[in-house]
Amino acid sequence: MMTKKISDSIRRVDAVDKAGGYTQYISDMSFDELHYGRLVRGLRSHARITHIDLPALPDGYYFITKDHIPEGGKNEIQQIGTDWPVFADDEVTFYGETIGILVGPDREKVLEIERSISIEYEKLEAVFTIDDGLAMKTGLINGTNNTYADYHLNKGDVDAGFARADQIIEDEITTGFQEHLYMEPQGMVAQYVDGDYIITASCQCPFYLRKAVANVLNTDKEHIIVRQAVTGGAFGGKEHFPDIIAAPLVVAARVVGKPIQVVFDRKDDISFTAKRHPSRGIFRTGLDKEGNIVAMDVDVTINAGAYMSCSNIVLQRAIFSINSVYDIPNVHVRGRSVATNAFPSDAFRGFGAPQGIFLAEMHLSHIASHLGIDPASYKQRYFISKGDTTITNGLMHDEVKLPLMLEKAAEASDLYEKQRLYATGSGKGMGVSFYNHGAGFTGNGEKEIIKARLRMKKHRNGHVDILLSNVEMGQGLQTTFPKIAAAILEIPMEDISCDNPDTSIVPDSGPTVASRSLMVVGKLVERASQQLKERWDESPEVEVEVKYIHPEGCQWDQETLQGDAYPTYGWGVCIVEVEVDPATAEVETKGIWTVHDVGIAIDEMIVHGQVNGGVIQSLGYGSLEKLEYKDGRFYQNTLADYMIPTSMDFPMMSSQLVDNPYENGPFGAKGLGELVFDGASAAFADAVQQAIGKNINRIPVTPEYIMEVMNS
Amino acid sequence: MSTITFRLNEKNISLEADPASRLLDLLREDLGLSAVKEGCGEGECGACSVLKDGVLVNSCMVPVGTIEHCSIETLEGLRETDEGRCIIEAFADTGAVQCGFCTPGMVMASIALLRSNARPTLEEIKVALSGNLCRCTGYDMIIKGVQLAAERGDGIW
Ligand code: FES
Ligand code: FES
Repeated sequence: MMTKKISDSIRRVDAVDKAGGYTQYISDMSFDELHYGRLVRGLRSHARITHIDLPALPDGYYFITKDHIPEGGKNEIQQIGTDWPVFADDEVTFYGETIGILVGPDREKVLEIERSISIEYEKLEAVFTIDDGLAMKTGLINGTNNTYADYHLNKGDVDAGFARADQIIEDEITTGFQEHLYMEPQGMVAQYVDGDYIITASCQCPFYLRKAVANVLNTDKEHIIVRQAVTGGAFGGKEHFPDIIAAPLVVAARVVGKPIQVVFDRKDDISFTAKRHPSRGIFRTGLDKEGNIVAMDVDVTINAGAYMSCSNIVLQRAIFSINSVYDIPNVHVRGRSVATNAFPSDAFRGFGAPQGIFLAEMHLSHIASHLGIDPASYKQRYFISKGDTTITNGLMHDEVKLPLMLEKAAEASDLYEKQRLYATGSGKGMGVSFYNHGAGFTGNGEKEIIKARLRMKKHRNGHVDILLSNVEMGQGLQTTFPKIAAAILEIPMEDISCDNPDTSIVPDSGPTVASRSLMVVGKLVERASQQLKERWDESPEVEVEVKYIHPEGCQWDQETLQGDAYPTYGWGVCIVEVEVDPATAEVETKGIWTVHDVGIAIDEMIVHGQVNGGVIQSLGYGSLEKLEYKDGRFYQNTLADYMIPTSMDFPMMSSQLVDNPYENGPFGAKGLGELVFDGASAAFADAVQQAIGKNINRIPVTPEYIMEVMNS
Repeated sequence: MSTITFRLNEKNISLEADPASRLLDLLREDLGLSAVKEGCGEGECGACSVLKDGVLVNSCMVPVGTIEHCSIETLEGLRETDEGRCIIEAFADTGAVQCGFCTPGMVMASIALLRSNARPTLEEIKVALSGNLCRCTGYDMIIKGVQLAAERGDGIW
């Protein structure tokens, strides 16, 4: 019986099993006659494959290539596009593209054979940077101008705005690659049993996987069964990338007829999986005599790499985030996702928003510093409010509580007193960032593309199953979904199950992405629970099914990207205090304070866990996580050289929540998993620029970079 | 291959193994102890933490040949003990567990710490966990879990 508030924390249902090491991840599971697979990759950035020299394979060992794709099957992976092939088709277009998959019963033997495969290539020219891609230095990789998309957003009258400008501030700001570094590397097992393909995978989106491989196998989706294995972290890295592993693996499973496991080792996982898109923002902003913005022109580019993947959707979020929490008059944003021979970039917590927000937060701070105004107060002038126009000329439907949130964060951190004490350039600095994150799919994606369905079933013994396709990957869904149901059904949590999805059992409630699960699918849990409650005594077994209903009053045109890009937003303020050592440029973070509006917290402890984890991941992105693309490949490829935060790097943080219920979320909850990543890197960089008295123009803000800036 | 004799979770054990192979593989594959996780295989993440003669080590970096006559403790041997239960319960109560992949290693690191220092300071906890990476939690709740275990564990440690 739920007598407490929904937000009151309970123990996670999976905590004891995980902490006791009882939980089985994909690499812990046993399968009869398990075989091992290794992806054989093309280790060239751009080259024609001229010859593959394969050693004689012992009995029971196989080298599977595009020639093994079943009759009628296609050598293409169905993602948003179909450009990414299962196996490189005579040509390798980025370093690490799959050519084949080597399979056998003994792992050591498989590795030994792999080492003796030699592949000959004819080298082709390659480009890796945004500029070289746009300049089409090596000719065309995609489309007519080497972009996957070229978008324009226009708000107000930019030309008229610039005509009134008294001065123009120009800026170029960039962000780098980021590796997800989920602690459990990519892994899955595929088997072919009586005409059915069974994929057991560490993944976020079981139904995406099913769709991705159906055309390859030339079979009905019903013959592909995807079972989610307990997933040891994902952060977007297990959204689309598992497709790239599963496609060659299912082809092999059919030929070999035994379960085959592919588990990446860490070096492969860093070297050969998709990353966060690097980005660049070039700003021209017109100011009037009082320093007010009269027009802003922004050119945003992201390095998408050799295949499109989901880059255009990432780009959309990046350009919408250029004005994030601000209502700025007369804005033009151009956004391009650029084709290069870099490893294709893909989804990563925030999905373009962290890039867009970082670029814009830095630029606005630079304008404020130029005017001699404290950035946080300058930015406040432009806080968007309910009823204002968004950058896509939609309506801000939310009650915006940013002023209150800033007040709380300022009080907790003693912001104004510290700002008074720490002169610009004194080595000490307070950085502030403001951000929001549109929860759920862009525009009408939930209505037009996802069309989520969910079932709940009461059994004879009173036990209830929640059947949906969203996965537990650490964010707590297997606790929060049953918690919502328990509160409505007024039965104990223990009487409700929400198991890892199996596509042959659960309806498709959509992927576990875009901060949609708790808000959008959680609402379906709430509605299904209400229906089930009403019909509880109808018969010993009762089953209800609910479908997604689009919020009223949200208009969107996907062609022009105009209207309400998101039905609602989560909001955040982050304050970071740093001290920079003048001799070594080492930065010590002295304090971190956040305030978030996530609607209503379904469980405060889970929300604070998300905030803490997201903020630290973002601070890693902003300060430590340097990932360079050199000679056409990732230069850092072990945990010894790609650094993520440890327990020693940051102080304990203070995090607060403000309530702001959203009517279309369960109990008023909004999505938050990505929001909490979006702003901390900008607050960190802002703190450093206050401390050193010079502009920061890129992340990660490493000591070497700070030195460079201080000496310039 | 040679015969290796050691103590594993309080039991004597003797088996044939390649002395150059990794203790991690011996534990996970030959002995089925899957609470020991492989996060990196290069000594950087701590997911494979075990105790060797009471000292926290990364089992991916320990050649089997070096454990002769040593005592190896894994989470399987500790999770039902007062020490193990104390940490596991504290972790569950403070929200220290998210995806859980780092957690067995974190539990091992916490046991190693509290055995040698039953009342650690915040700084000592941070140092003790610094060889164990977690990408989900940002560490605060794990640290609070260790603090809670220290508080509750009077007499255990
Ligand atoms: S697996 Fe041993 S330290 Fe990472
Ligand atoms: S809980 Fe996921 S890595 Fe620590």
